[in-house]
Amino acid sequence: MRYLPHSDADRASMLATIGAAEVDSLFADVPDSAHLKGPIEGLPRMQSEIEVERHMSALASRNTGTSAAVSFLGGGAYRHHVPAAVDHLIQRGEFLTSYTPYQPEISQGTLQMLFEFQTMVSMLTGMEVANASMYDGSTAAAEAMSMACRVTGRNKSIISGGVHGHYRDILATQAKWTTQEVLLAPVDAQDTEDLTALIDANTACVMVQNPSSFGHLRDLSKLAEACQAKGALLVVIVTEVVSLGLLASPGSMGADIVVAEGQSLGNPLGFGGPYVGLFATREKYMRQMPGRLCGETVDANGKRGFVLTLSTREQHIRREKATSNICTNAGLCALAFTIHLSLLGEQGLKKLALLNHAKAVQTAEKLEAAGLRVINTGFFNEFTVDLGKPAAALVDKLAEKKILAGVPASRLYPEAKEVENLLIIAATELTTDADIYQLAEVLK
Amino acid sequence: MSMNTQGRPTAPDLKVANVNDLPETVLGHKGLVFEEKLLFEQSSPGTCGVDLPLAPMVKSRLHVLKARESIGLPELAEPQVIRHYTRLSQKNYAIDTGLYPLGSCTMKHNPRLNEKMTRLAGLADLHPLQPASTTQGALQLIHELADWLMKLTGMPAVAMSPAAGAHGEYCGMLAIKAAIADKGEAKTRTKVIVPESAHGTNPATAASLGFTVVPVKAEADGRVRAEAVKAVLGPDVAAIMLTNPNTCGLFERDIIDIAMAVRAAGAYFYCDGANFNAIVGRVRPADLGVDCMHINLHKTFSTPHGGGGPGAGPVVLSERLAPYAPVPFVVKTGETLRLIEQTTEKEAAKSIGRLKGFHGQMGMFIRALTYCLSHGADGLWQASGDAVLNANYIASQLKTIMSQPYAGYCMHEALFDDTFLKDTGVTTLDFAKAMIDEGYHPMTMYFPLVVHGAFLIEPTESESKQAIDDFIKVMISLAKRARAGEADHFAAAPRFTPRARLDETRAARQPVLRWQASTLSKSGG
Amino acid sequence: MRKYTKEHEWIDVAGDEATIGITSFAQNALGDVVYVELPAAGKQLNAKQEAAVVESVKAASDVYAPVAGTVTATNEKLSADPSLVNRAAEGEGWFFKLKLANLSDLDGLMDEDSYKAHVGELG
Repeated sequence: MRYLPHSDADRASMLATIGAAEVDSLFADVPDSAHLKGPIEGLPRMQSEIEVERHMSALASRNTGTSAAVSFLGGGAYRHHVPAAVDHLIQRGEFLTSYTPYQPEISQGTLQMLFEFQTMVSMLTGMEVANASMYDGSTAAAEAMSMACRVTGRNKSIISGGVHGHYRDILATQAKWTTQEVLLAPVDAQDTEDLTALIDANTACVMVQNPSSFGHLRDLSKLAEACQAKGALLVVIVTEVVSLGLLASPGSMGADIVVAEGQSLGNPLGFGGPYVGLFATREKYMRQMPGRLCGETVDANGKRGFVLTLSTREQHIRREKATSNICTNAGLCALAFTIHLSLLGEQGLKKLALLNHAKAVQTAEKLEAAGLRVINTGFFNEFTVDLGKPAAALVDKLAEKKILAGVPASRLYPEAKEVENLLIIAATELTTDADIYQLAEVLK
Repeated sequence: MSMNTQGRPTAPDLKVANVNDLPETVLGHKGLVFEEKLLFEQSSPGTCGVDLPLAPMVKSRLHVLKARESIGLPELAEPQVIRHYTRLSQKNYAIDTGLYPLGSCTMKHNPRLNEKMTRLAGLADLHPLQPASTTQGALQLIHELADWLMKLTGMPAVAMSPAAGAHGEYCGMLAIKAAIADKGEAKTRTKVIVPESAHGTNPATAASLGFTVVPVKAEADGRVRAEAVKAVLGPDVAAIMLTNPNTCGLFERDIIDIAMAVRAAGAYFYCDGANFNAIVGRVRPADLGVDCMHINLHKTFSTPHGGGGPGAGPVVLSERLAPYAPVPFVVKTGETLRLIEQTTEKEAAKSIGRLKGFHGQMGMFIRALTYCLSHGADGLWQASGDAVLNANYIASQLKTIMSQPYAGYCMHEALFDDTFLKDTGVTTLDFAKAMIDEGYHPMTMYFPLVVHGAFLIEPTESESKQAIDDFIKVMISLAKRARAGEADHFAAAPRFTPRARLDETRAARQPVLRWQASTLSKSGG
Repeated sequence: MRKYTKEHEWIDVAGDEATIGITSFAQNALGDVVYVELPAAGKQLNAKQEAAVVESVKAASDVYAPVAGTVTATNEKLSADPSLVNRAAEGEGWFFKLKLANLSDLDGLMDEDSYKAHVGELG
């Protein structure tokens, strides 16, 4: 076995030192009825790299990846170009094979990177502080709901109908099994909802997504004021972080907590994970945040260095009183995010965002010219068209031609019959004129 | 007040620590050890590390929103970015550079074939919301890994979507909560039994779901007795959360009796699978009476820790918990695979609901399946055997010079306490920092909490005999130096690292969580 | 007169108002205090109820109300300078003041000598 360094002679000599007859006798505490006498039956035996690679490649070849198709899929995961440098750097063993930086003297690489990550997330979201990452955007939203309950001492959250269907499902699951409550506003495909009237003295937070799941853009300032007037928090979800290169930040519109899916920067689609959750808030709520935080300090020689800090909020110290049970988060995906954003920089991100918007506008214009109706007034790189017939069936049919036309709204909101005809279409910098032409041809 | 402390210093003692007597250099670099400023301090406005095609001229359709304000991101070209992160990487200890004996963390070798497989076209570029007809290979891959996990544990079902161990715990405890509610006992079964030696995520998870945590003590041999569990079992108990092998590195001898008692009392047995690496392929948790166990793919199945994630925490479930598995899950009918994504579908009628966006940590599934296929059932048998052999080999040679709280064979990790440091003036923390100077990442320390000044050493199966012999040599030498009164040597450690001991007190008293143009961050090293 | 609890709180009583903090022994065992979470004024506390949290880098400990009462004041200096607990645990580093609900609650508490003996046993 290529990953096991002991020779039989090594094992024999080590057993002699221990004073045990065989390896199996070290398992003496295992009850006999559960102690297997040999490898489990019904599973394959060890295989060479050649064989394993062949098997995995065969599985991969049964999929039609987005790069082998025309793809307009979005809906919370976006196909972007990841610069070659990103994947090279995250595969450096010192990043890839290191643990959580609990020993700061020999983890300054990861720690400094996390400090840079937190700073960039704060800047992007327009917030004062950010944590060192969550699993993904969807679970970050669930944590935001819990945090809003802790901060306000209230237990009811109002969830916009523009929030991603999976995120709404997760929040509903959490509410179902805890003392938290959610009020799920009706699915808001047409961007007509007004949540202000629903906010009351029991409202812990109002949670909205911008751009919404259907691509609509909102100025949230008024909603933020309404929340503030009632002592509720405004939680803003961003599932496409590239949009933050072009749109006013949630912080500038008055958000109290911002959660985002960071996949778009540095991380491949990978069939849905692992991704990276961003979590940012106001400084005054810092100690109520979930997850790890990296902070700046000095060493014994007075030199600047970084450590994990404020860890008394976390499970390993607070145990049942922790702000969250999260432990492992998304370190390597956060690194990919940070490197991609470092390469882009201020102007690069703005250009990328502009390019995404332009491609989406081109796509929308072409579809409109072909007679389709785009329902959005404003959008960033994702918008919704009304096909006038069920979208899912058409999407399935087009997939046979290797055209991934978009996400049928019914996939995210199966209970909302009124969205059955809606198709959510995303364009990115990877969208070509030929892709747009083909989409218009098959949808017209 | 509740006194929860092991009293270790968190600010360096300046009198003894400042012994870094290497001469200063102009820029602070020391040969191959580079000082590296923050990225924000290296910005050269007007440069960019990515060239993009020009955006076509279109009429903006952003409409309502005001414009983006200045973000503040630094601007650098690709060479600067690559050098920056390469230099940062060189300040990290890693499995690739040395033995990483972190107990209960299973820092084993991360095969590079795993990495290569995740990057295959057809996997890396697969969108989670594609029609199922275009993702049959991916669904088959999830199905195959699920089959491995079920066969290795003997359990009939597995929930694949949890993102990490703690998330898996949340999933498993929710399934238990749902099963209890289904029986009409939601109001009465409100307690969860958790041994004092448990990992902090256990009580945190139980509490987050509204359960009251009932602690149970271990006996003098570091194990929980069935009698102790029976004494707290009753109609008000929902579950027990037990780690096996436990956090002291010991197999719970009474585990089958405990499981039977728990079941007889109408409660459920949650097993924390963090230490599954000791028994994988040799003991099936189903044969121990477990109802539910999360598996850390980033521990037992070699997916990289990546400086703190991502992980993956699939949860295997017994027959009586299987109906409550979260969505989504894969169903295979004939040769066709489907994803059940909604609780409105009949297969998911009793499901607890959704816990994560999309379908789980696919990239980790690919790595874990690659690992399973590479090892095979026979390779896994050998791997867990070697992991336990290595830990016992270390224990057998260190037990005479260090102090062992519990006698007898351990499983995959060897536990020591700080009795051997009594009156030396050296703490477990000092000892750990001295290990750093000797080229080792310290073991897990001060955990489990039930042992004073704990040293929890998990070598894993990835280390050669020679590597382990070197490690033992270092540990013996350090133990002797501590006992010989060389406390200053330990207090001054680490000396050979990019930074000396860091002032954690200051970091917590005056938190600085981000760079700002005007803070002390600007002063540099 | 100053009384003590087994859980290392001290309490000074003047009339029906009491000042509460943690003992010097406790601050020493905790190490560098980095944060103190104080109760809101007006909060009613039962005896032995969790009233405040004191945090070091590696630990968070609950501080209990030694007796029942209503919080009348908290030591705001601790928010800005938590190290005051280390420097003057039994003086300027007090945590909060209570209006006592029941003077007889004090009867169960230790005097200085018994507390010293108690600490002595803890080694």
